Amino acid sequence: MTTAVASHPLRDSTTMVRRNLKRMVRYPSMTVQLIAMPVLLLLLFVYVFGGTLGAGIGGPSGGRAEYVNYVVPAILIITIATIVQGTAVSVAMDMTEGIIARFRTMNIARVSVLTGHVVGSVIQAFLSVAVVVGVALAIGFRPQAGFGDWLALVGLVAAVSFALVWLTVAIGQSSQTVEGASSLPMPLMFLPFLGSGFVPTDTMPEGVRWFAEHQPFTPIMESIRALLMDTPVGNDVWIALAWCAGIALVGYVWAKKLYNRKV
Amino acid sequence: MTNNAAPPVIVVSELRKSFGDKVVLDGIDLNVPQGTIFSLLGANGAGKTTAVKILSTLIAASGGRAEVAGHDVASDPDSVRAAIGVTGQFSAVDNLLTGEENLRLMADLNHLSKKDGKRAATDLLERFDLTEAARKPASTYSGGMRRRLDLAMTLVGSPRVIFLDEPTTGLDPRSRREMWQIVRELTAGGVTIFLTTQYLDEADELADRIAVLEGGRLVAEGTADELKRRIPGGHVRLQFTEPSEFRTAQRVLGRAAHSDGDALALRVPNDGSLRSLKALLDQLDHESIEVDGLSVHTPDLDDVFLALTGDSDNKKVTNR
Repeated sequence: MTTAVASHPLRDSTTMVRRNLKRMVRYPSMTVQLIAMPVLLLLLFVYVFGGTLGAGIGGPSGGRAEYVNYVVPAILIITIATIVQGTAVSVAMDMTEGIIARFRTMNIARVSVLTGHVVGSVIQAFLSVAVVVGVALAIGFRPQAGFGDWLALVGLVAAVSFALVWLTVAIGQSSQTVEGASSLPMPLMFLPFLGSGFVPTDTMPEGVRWFAEHQPFTPIMESIRALLMDTPVGNDVWIALAWCAGIALVGYVWAKKLYNRKV
Repeated sequence: MTNNAAPPVIVVSELRKSFGDKVVLDGIDLNVPQGTIFSLLGANGAGKTTAVKILSTLIAASGGRAEVAGHDVASDPDSVRAAIGVTGQFSAVDNLLTGEENLRLMADLNHLSKKDGKRAATDLLERFDLTEAARKPASTYSGGMRRRLDLAMTLVGSPRVIFLDEPTTGLDPRSRREMWQIVRELTAGGVTIFLTTQYLDEADELADRIAVLEGGRLVAEGTADELKRRIPGGHVRLQFTEPSEFRTAQRVLGRAAHSDGDALALRVPNDGSLRSLKALLDQLDHESIEVDGLSVHTPDLDDVFLALTGDSDNKKVTNR
């Protein structure tokens, strides 16, 4: 186990991040597609369902205008979920190409191939979140967040995307095909629906409601909503961060194990 | 084993690998001296790629020992990785990046300074005739260009041992020759090359020593000449159109000539030298025998390969 050769984890990771960013620039249609999805959902929910759902939620003004403010946190989670689905696909693509075999035979920090994907995707996630927030503002989203709230939001978005990216880096490696990698993270897209993302949980039947209140995305979306609307955050943010830490840890350990496996 | 003065760079003993019940390598021993080209020859599925994967630290062996550049592949893989370069069967280039970016990526991963990395990339592009395509994405490259880029990427780190796993499979004849030329040039600098191939002419052309892998075992090892000497020598094949001419020739040439299949053709043992060819032609001329066609066959590794691997099949049959 003794090794005389130097290890450069930081430099190797930076190199790999640069590689992944370059790949995103070279293959822009993928990023565009990944950003288009949540934007379309936002427009759908605000302009098609928003009138009715907004009326159901109530609130001072009610209707569509109210619903934009309600639904944005869910759309942000879907934005991140879409991006990490792309991560799974690009990791799977990488694994099927010979270049990963080359990396494995080189004396580079092993984890750097994975951290390259992780950091690249987190950057991509921030980019899409910014676009989605921009569109939301354009169609009437009116957040009440102060400077501190925005900082906290950035931190929370970073934590959520970091956690989900590690999970999908593992999923991308575990699936044998690129097609498999694109469908396996699908549940992440649906979880916001089975939570407090689109309608409050208290209108749901008991079993669904129990699930909705205890699944990880609900505290995350509640925290984002509270920060955006400048309402009390309560315990949700700690529960949210705990979920993120747990998911990140599981994803990291799983991803690393898959990457280091020797048949 | 070898009386070569150069120290061994790859030492393998009793190497085994099985995937579940399937035994892929059944105890192989190898010894490759520094600065030589060693070729592992075998048909598809003989276990060549598995051997390369173990020696290049991609997968773990099931048994036995392997040392590359003085380091054990199992206990000190990082030191092995620092000394080797691998160009596999499937191209290991990043298709979305340009040729130059691929090389710069390798330079960064080999921890070269920015200046050295740039120089290495420029030099290699020049040397592998890729300068013109340097700024195009690798996905647009032809098979030959892609393989050259692949090898150039392997060379960025100045490896002391290079594994080439079927480097010319799927290449057109011209690209193949170019590849051979590049491989030959590499050993001039003291680099050791471990080459696997299913093409006998490739092993014949490049390798200092050849080992024939069949069913997970080495069935023969030696220089190309040594291997060729193990099988019967060359012959001349004479083709006739007239049955009468064929019979006359058979009578004149006597016992040495055997008929070749059902065709009107004879195989006459001959070493292929001008002198012995002239003697044969004089003999035919003297009897005014009309020969329709003549071809000279020197033993090639094809004969060796078929003889050796056919042998092992027979053994399997008789063992049962």
